Amino acid sequence: MRRENIARLALLTTLAMALSWLESLLVLPGLLPGMKIGLANLAVLFALYRLGLREAAAVSLTRVILASATFGSAYSFAYSLAGAALSLAVMAGLKRLDRFSLLGVSIAGAVCHNLAQLLVAMAVLGTAQLGWYLPALLISGVAAGTAIGAAGAAVTARVRL
Amino acid sequence: MQKKRLWDILLAAGLLLLALALYLALRPGGGGTWAVVTQNGEEIARYSLGEDWTVTIGGEDYNVLEISGGAAAVVEANCGDHTCVRTGTISRTGETVVCLPHRLVVRIEGGDGPSFDAAAGRGGAG
Repeated sequence: MRRENIARLALLTTLAMALSWLESLLVLPGLLPGMKIGLANLAVLFALYRLGLREAAAVSLTRVILASATFGSAYSFAYSLAGAALSLAVMAGLKRLDRFSLLGVSIAGAVCHNLAQLLVAMAVLGTAQLGWYLPALLISGVAAGTAIGAAGAAVTARVRL
Repeated sequence: MQKKRLWDILLAAGLLLLALALYLALRPGGGGTWAVVTQNGEEIARYSLGEDWTVTIGGEDYNVLEISGGAAAVVEANCGDHTCVRTGTISRTGETVVCLPHRLVVRIEGGDGPSFDAAAGRGGAG
């Protein structure tokens, strides 16, 4: 890891934390568990495209730990971690594939985030009866991923960091 | 760049089509007859939707289940997020209220007569 990246990572992690916190304040009626806007993914996408996979993983993991410790709970940690890990793995894979733009990568990441949370919920509840919920999570993932991807593409293209 | 945009659109369209197909396959059925309460993956109680009930499930960690007019709802709970309360009322077969902190699922079953019960049973759709 390049030394000058340490400052960039600190900045991006702080930004991701702040965005997580902002999102935790937004209580949108009708949003079920697992449905997220994924504001913090802006910082992770930026790190992935401008710095690299290891840097993005560092930002994402630190964000999950700090956010869960400060305004999350023990059980929300497992959901966040599963969502963040699967999402980043898929985003990194698709980026390397070089077939989708940042927008498509973001959409896939958001959907995988929701998918991982649903799988953890199934494991925690010991039931497979949450399958009916998958369509809603897919649609909310595509919507959130498009919004964050569009913002992320603009930010990644314009912001010099 | 144009080509990538096309792939992006194909990805989004594919995911939305998948959502539509899953929705059509898994959508809630007609009005149900039972509110089945599951905790930690095991059925702990079932209540007829034909009668009015107000029951408190659990002790220290509790959810208050209210059934009236053929619909069920968690009206009160001491979990952290109150998602279960915000979910509102459920009445159609397959609909569920979930309380993740208390590992509780309330699911409506048995809308299409006994044969459906036997076929779908526990751990059915999904």
